[in-house]
Amino acid sequence: MTVASVGAVTTTLVLVGAFLALMMNLNHIATNLEKDVEIKVLVELTADEQQIEAIGDEIRKIPEVASVNFSSKEEELDSLISSMGDEGDIWQLYEQDNPLNHAYVVKTEDPTDTMKIAPQIGRIDNVNDVVYGQEAVQNLFRFNDYARNIGLVLIIGLVFTAIFLISNTIKITILARKKEIGIMKLVGATNGFIRWPFFVEGLLLGVFGSILPIAVIVSGYYFLEQNVALKQFSFVELLPFNPFVWQLSLIILAIGAGIGVWGSLMSIRKFLKV
Amino acid sequence: MIEMQGVYKTYSNGVTALNGIDVMIEQGDFAYIVGPSGAGKSTFIKLMFREEQPTKGSIIINNKDITNMKWKQVPYLRRDIGVVYQDFKLLPKLSVYENIAFALEVIEESPKNIRRRVMQVLDLVGLKNKARFIPDELSGGEQQRVAIARAIVNHPKLLIADEPTGNLDPDTSWDIMQILEEINDGGTTIIMATHSKDIVNTIKKRVIAIESGLIVRDEHRGEYGYEA
Ligand SMILES: Nc1ncnc2c1ncn2[C@@H]1O[C@H](COP(=O)(O)OP(=O)(O)OP(=O)(O)O)[C@@H](O)[C@H]1O
Ligand SMILES: [Mg+2]
Repeated sequence: MTVASVGAVTTTLVLVGAFLALMMNLNHIATNLEKDVEIKVLVELTADEQQIEAIGDEIRKIPEVASVNFSSKEEELDSLISSMGDEGDIWQLYEQDNPLNHAYVVKTEDPTDTMKIAPQIGRIDNVNDVVYGQEAVQNLFRFNDYARNIGLVLIIGLVFTAIFLISNTIKITILARKKEIGIMKLVGATNGFIRWPFFVEGLLLGVFGSILPIAVIVSGYYFLEQNVALKQFSFVELLPFNPFVWQLSLIILAIGAGIGVWGSLMSIRKFLKV
Repeated sequence: MIEMQGVYKTYSNGVTALNGIDVMIEQGDFAYIVGPSGAGKSTFIKLMFREEQPTKGSIIINNKDITNMKWKQVPYLRRDIGVVYQDFKLLPKLSVYENIAFALEVIEESPKNIRRRVMQVLDLVGLKNKARFIPDELSGGEQQRVAIARAIVNHPKLLIADEPTGNLDPDTSWDIMQILEEINDGGTTIIMATHSKDIVNTIKKRVIAIESGLIVRDEHRGEYGYEA
């Protein structure tokens, strides 16, 4: 068991772990944001009560729509004022002469349908405008996809390098034990019997190699979560330390063990023929 | 019983070592394989325990057709065959006792049986008092006796020896032959490739002569037939 191959596993796993933590959190954030995606349908200022009713009925007919809530211009102003906090006070001036539109707030069953039905709603009579924040979320998802693809290629490359290094390490052990293996075969040992010690060696290599990465990931994530700077962005909500970090640690351990076992079994394959 | 029919062996480098072997060896036989260097004796022997596979022809070992035997089955074939080499093939770091026990551990025999059986074969080859020695502390003849003990510890029906006395002086060779005869008396088939004119002409057994990959002579109680 050499330092080099444990080092290879360690490096691989630290990067795999960091990447997984990043990916899973980005996904988590995107999913959270996506849940909040809604379409705001602004009603023409000139529309009368009956026409407003008609808009609601039309929207409800669209199959992808999950919920439709009417929000009067007074309610709109209230929520605007409260969302502005201290600065909202100046908007109170408008309470006498509210410039806002009545609105419908529409949510879809599947958030990705927003893009599809928004223009459809826009064509309904007496709809002034349709506002939705889908584009930002869409961009985030697209970014996630890129990141995932690049990361996957990187990880696969790393994993294979680690397997290669391990199989080379174990090949040296095997060369030293070639005679022993030959004699084992001569007296009728099955491949399983011969493989067993090498399987264990690979497993240990992988497990030892994952100790440091797990420590790095656990402490790194802990630090990140405690970091107040992040908390300024209300939309950045990381996956909770517990159980996420433990799940991630298990994944890292499993990948480490997998790399070790695979590497060792690959290296012995050649010697088991004959 | 061993039977080969129309067996050819061409190595991957194009060398044809066996050129159509037909032979039948009964259970309990003792056969010498003789012939010039490079005739194909070792190849003939290696086919019997699947160290090599025939290019053509069929092979029956211990009444089982091994021609198309699956790789997974090979270990079980070898458990019924003991093999002894000119260079002993002992593990240098293990004691005499451990070297022999190794063959039983590999087939997952119980520790109690291992102990009993190893002491039995050590007694047979006369090395009970050297059980704790390592191979380097033994003479060539003693090492070969350990190798024979290991080969028979598993009660094989067939013992194959490729020049077992090739590295030994004449006196020691006679000791080894005596042990092989004892094993043969117990009903084990013995096939032994040798270049020893003295042994073949003194301890009379069946002689199978191979030249250029063909059996050119097969006699009971035969002569060596070549100049030593
Ligand atoms: N693994 C191999 N690969 C290629 N050719 C081989 C191999 N083993 C043997 N040969 C060739 O096959 C032929 C027969 O070899 P073999 O070892 O069977 O001869 P032998 O009768 O045992 O000779 P010796 O008496 O010297 O031990 C030789 O020409 C040899 O070079
Ligand atoms: Mg030979």
